Amino acid sequence: MTALLAVDNLSKRFGGFVALDGISLSVRAGERIGLIGPNGSGKSTLVNCICGTLQNEAGSVRFEGHLLDGSTAHQRTRRGLARTFQLPRPFASLNLVDNLRIPLLYAVAARGARRAVPDIEARCIALLREVDLDGKARRLPRELTQVEMRKLELARAMAAEPKLLIADESMAGLTHSEVEEILALLERLNAQGVTVILIEHIMRAVMSFSQRLVVLVSGRKIADGEPNTVVRDPDVERAYLGQ
Amino acid sequence: MRSDLFAVLCVVVGGAVFAAVLALGNDYYFFAGYVVLQYVVLSTAWNILGGYCGYVNFGSAAFFALGAYATVAMHRLDPMPIPVVVILGGVVSGVVGFGMGYLTLRLRGAFFAIATLALAVVLQTLIVNWGYVGGSRGAYVVRPETIAPFGSYIRYLFLIMMLLAVGAVTAARAVERSRLGYGFATIRDDELAAEASGVPTLRLKLIATTISGALMGMAGAPFPYYIGFLQPSSAFGLDYTVNSIAMPLIGGTTSWVGPLIGAVLLGSLQQVATVTISSAVNLLIVGFLLVGFVIVAPNGIIGLARTYIQHRPVEELGRRRLDVDAHGSAPGSTS
Repeated sequence: MTALLAVDNLSKRFGGFVALDGISLSVRAGERIGLIGPNGSGKSTLVNCICGTLQNEAGSVRFEGHLLDGSTAHQRTRRGLARTFQLPRPFASLNLVDNLRIPLLYAVAARGARRAVPDIEARCIALLREVDLDGKARRLPRELTQVEMRKLELARAMAAEPKLLIADESMAGLTHSEVEEILALLERLNAQGVTVILIEHIMRAVMSFSQRLVVLVSGRKIADGEPNTVVRDPDVERAYLGQ
Repeated sequence: MRSDLFAVLCVVVGGAVFAAVLALGNDYYFFAGYVVLQYVVLSTAWNILGGYCGYVNFGSAAFFALGAYATVAMHRLDPMPIPVVVILGGVVSGVVGFGMGYLTLRLRGAFFAIATLALAVVLQTLIVNWGYVGGSRGAYVVRPETIAPFGSYIRYLFLIMMLLAVGAVTAARAVERSRLGYGFATIRDDELAAEASGVPTLRLKLIATTISGALMGMAGAPFPYYIGFLQPSSAFGLDYTVNSIAMPLIGGTTSWVGPLIGAVLLGSLQQVATVTISSAVNLLIVGFLLVGFVIVAPNGIIGLARTYIQHRPVEELGRRRLDVDAHGSAPGSTS
């Protein structure tokens, strides 16, 4: 069976600094993957290369068998590859409904699923209800709290109706109960058939969510497998504890 | 309100303004009104790229001049009716706008602004050295004194500029409320997030530069007939660049109505100042107003009005709600 996402020998440099060094990763449809690594290990660079924000210098990225190299970020989103940002990046001048309207108007419509205006409006409200933000549908993002902003970010990625969602540190800075809320949301999404890659530093969240754990250190993949096995891997322990 | 109904309303308002100016019985008002309407088109055009997309263009005068010089070139080649010349001017400036966009839209912020300024300098240098359109000597475009059925030619030019203003405002409003308008807003807010949401930012920015450039060129196309003698310093005047930026900023950049308010307000003020004080104080007025608005109302008159509406006293809103309950509709509602 073809992998949903196939990253092969991916490399990326910033001048003399090697950010990614021959990363290979295969993701099957429906999987829940945790991607971890210390700061500066290349997690976000990998996401940026997969999503088209950065272009890789070597290696390839395939999504549903299609080669994505050279394609822009919006083309990849239209194929069904959505992401959230480490720091939420809402459209500040648009209210919450309009923030979600954008992926529906552009990403979803590009797949030939054009909807009438009332349908789009209803879908936006339904998505906001799913993240418990329907009460603030006409508010601007600046009126949201930190956790609400993260939920909006997730809802906007969900509005693109992705096959693969990459959640980049969606729980950073949140309280215990807020982390649980986001986790529940990601699990619901996964149950609906969306493959999820979770990049996170909160190990409790990563361990409870992931079926498979991938570890990056200094731009290289050092472990990939069942979470409980991976965290006991001596290389992983060394990377995290500095032994 | 639907776009076609809005266009009809604009035409009716435009017709009323024309009739009112005609009733004043003095052609000077047509001369002055033409300039105000010209700024309505220019500032609306600037706002499509600068306000909707957040890309500040310092090259407005270049696009305006391109339209004007396209008219001079056509006049020398084979004089044509002004509506045809206006379309040609729009096409020429639209194509240059597309080219400028293709070359510069990977730049952002101050870098993009400087690139547009450079375009204006390059184009002015080319025109100064192009003898066919008069070069640095300038070119005469002699217009007839009268034209049927309008009487004096300035009335005809005023009407053309009125139609252009109606077209520009209608187009800007239609864009703002469309899928394209939402896309422009995401570019202004966060280009990276826009791409991640499936918005083809580069394509949309090219559309914006083309529409904006074309409208500016159309505003410039009748100018040689208005002024009679066109030279590079008048076509590439600083006034056009400064006004086309200041008017939307003073009116408010996120809505089609902002540039309209800014252009009518500032344009009229400048015309009054020209007659009562001196034309030399025009840019001084713009400068003072711009500084004042940046300090007091950075989101322009529209932003000020929105803030006022949002912060009206609770009692007033409550009273309004009671009126709605009692009468079934909000007093003064215009939906």
